[in-house]
Amino acid sequence: MQETILSVGIDIGTSTTQLIFSRLTIENLASNYTVPRISIVNKEVFYRSGISFTPLKSQTEIDTAKVKEIIRKEYEKAGMKPENLQTGAVIITGETARKQNANRVLETLSDMAGDFVVATAGPDLESVLSAKGAGSDRISEEKREVVANIDIGGGTSNIAFFHKGILKGTCCLDIGGRLIKVENGKISYIFPSIQKLAEIHGIQIQVGDNACEKTLYRVCEYMAQQLAMALYIEEPDGFHAGLYTNDGKPLARQPVIQAVTFSGGVADCMLHEEEEVFRYGDVGILLARAVKNCSAFEKIKIYPAAETIRATVVGAGTHTTDVSGSTISYAREKLPIKNIPVLKISQEDEQTPSLFKEAVKKGLSLYEAEGELEQLAIAFSGKYHTSFGQIQELAELLMEGAEQVIKGPYPLILIIENDIAKVLGNALNVLMERKKDVICIDGIHAQSGDYIDIGEPVADGHVVPVVTKTLIFNS
Amino acid sequence: MVNENDLRTIIAQVLQEMNLDSEKEEKETTVTGCAACHKEPEIEEGCIPDVTEVDIRKQYLVENPVNKEAYYDLKQYAPCRLGIGKAGARYKTDPVLQFRAAHSAAQDAVFSDVDQGFIDSMGLFSVKTQCENKDVYLTRPDLGRKLDDEAVKTIKEKCRMHPTVQVFVSDGLSSAAVAANVGDVLPAIEQGLKSYGIDTGVPFFVKYGRVGAMDQVSEITGADVTCVLIGERPGLITAESMSAYIAYKATVGMPEARRTVVSNIHKAGTIPAEAGAHIADIIKKILDNKASGTDLKL
Repeated sequence: MQETILSVGIDIGTSTTQLIFSRLTIENLASNYTVPRISIVNKEVFYRSGISFTPLKSQTEIDTAKVKEIIRKEYEKAGMKPENLQTGAVIITGETARKQNANRVLETLSDMAGDFVVATAGPDLESVLSAKGAGSDRISEEKREVVANIDIGGGTSNIAFFHKGILKGTCCLDIGGRLIKVENGKISYIFPSIQKLAEIHGIQIQVGDNACEKTLYRVCEYMAQQLAMALYIEEPDGFHAGLYTNDGKPLARQPVIQAVTFSGGVADCMLHEEEEVFRYGDVGILLARAVKNCSAFEKIKIYPAAETIRATVVGAGTHTTDVSGSTISYAREKLPIKNIPVLKISQEDEQTPSLFKEAVKKGLSLYEAEGELEQLAIAFSGKYHTSFGQIQELAELLMEGAEQVIKGPYPLILIIENDIAKVLGNALNVLMERKKDVICIDGIHAQSGDYIDIGEPVADGHVVPVVTKTLIFNS
Repeated sequence: MVNENDLRTIIAQVLQEMNLDSEKEEKETTVTGCAACHKEPEIEEGCIPDVTEVDIRKQYLVENPVNKEAYYDLKQYAPCRLGIGKAGARYKTDPVLQFRAAHSAAQDAVFSDVDQGFIDSMGLFSVKTQCENKDVYLTRPDLGRKLDDEAVKTIKEKCRMHPTVQVFVSDGLSSAAVAANVGDVLPAIEQGLKSYGIDTGVPFFVKYGRVGAMDQVSEITGADVTCVLIGERPGLITAESMSAYIAYKATVGMPEARRTVVSNIHKAGTIPAEAGAHIADIIKKILDNKASGTDLKL
């Protein structure tokens, strides 16, 4: 049994807006005689949009009406209709990743992007998505190495690294091709920390100066060197720590990075030599050349990325959706649901009944606004309750702990890592005599602070598509 | 080809070497033998580690591996006897002992009976097939599919007739599987069916039972759906794997293809409680479609 679902990925960045359509194939990998095990077995991008400049009203505000127009045209070109889509994600990245932008985009695109697609943003997520789009996780899994991806964009460089295919960390630096802009042969913009970076190396550059290729290339060399420092190929200097976006944290020193892939617009420029270095009105091409020639990167392996400039959008279109199934329990008429905040119960609390109940109660109180509880999902590992008796106990604890949800208007949503969702759902349904809608899914790892979307069931109702979003907005 | 003379030389040489070796050994044993005469045997406190406690996914015994980590990672996908090294052309002692322990556990699972205390604790009454003992059971599969007269009578007395679903438990080829899983699977099925508002008959236990006995149970009780929870033939990885065979209006002599099966229920396979909930769902689908086995698309 194979079934395909169509997914859209839309990336609205500070500099460019792109879209892809992809086909996700889901298949039952278990034999006919065992409980089905349904997974996404193939991901194929079948339509790539052109790359348009993001229409902005100001430096930080997206012109959503114009974005909608771009996206509408791409839908037309691809011959896609919103109702064909089962899942997907809109990701707003870089400087424009602000909450009011996200909300506005969500509002404007809600009728366009299919029923299941939601705006989402944040540098950590962007790092992960671009790395997955570049295929670093897959390379790391196949070669059993520690592989990092550096997605060098206009304003930032997003880094994620993997060991044996498992994400080990992310970071984001203010290094990018558009941090120095050039107009009519003159420097028209310099990002303050880049100006400082030049200065400590004895290079004086000012807005209004003539854009000297040689000087700017030297600045780009120092920028490339900072990227090498972020991977600890070169020992970080005193200036390095200040370059992380929003005072973010650097990567962990362990495991030691063995290989790197490059994605993003700048990586695209690394693939071919450009004669006209200021063609894009910035130093992107020079930065690409500097990274390519940077001797530090010769110390580790460099693998070609599967995607360069489209890495983030491919990641958003193909790597945000997961499936949960096939033994799950849900109230069909309540799906899809979107943007549900996750309350995660820690594994320590989970092991003791009284602590578990209290943790649920206390957690719920955090999601109360003006005395009313907002819709949320309760997540836990489910590792400590596997026998039938223990699951009954768990159901009772949830009945007591989540009493407020049960009394409220929203369904009781439970997200469990271990495969016990169906039996737990049944236990709850019996306890509550099916008077309350229960959505109980498993095989999904979610953390507090995440948001989750649960789509309409596919594959004969065996599975639901799930998008887990880590939303960290730049305030 | 080696000619005859050469062969003779080789054999002579080998014999000579063997003699030398045995002479040496004899000498050694005499020496130690003498020493032992003067010394009381030493008894050390402690236990030999239990070979069945070893997690074979974690045990990696290859000496001087090219890439230990990669092989170890590969081993995590399935509990196979891979990467267990060798001693010359043979297995190492530890894997041999593990293998024999697993084989014994499999045999025990077949030859032992389900504990009566367990059957009572599940609230099941007990009947048997026409097999008088395990030997008959193993040698006469046909008798394992037929209930004896006493069983027919007891079921008629104690069970409610014409239930929507009749579930029963049978030892099959692994009593260990029944003991390990029924406590979680049976209540989970009953709860799942209850949550759908589907009524179930009185469950019971059939000793010396084969899957086919469910056909007769179906005919006696007149249930719409009959489900047997039965021990699977044990393997060397687990002796505790159980299956559920489910059929819509089963009749004696019906094609095997009409049975729907959920197999591999054990703690390292499908979690028993979750399997029970899944079986309840399948039963609901069977009832909705009035079909089972290959007639039903799941």
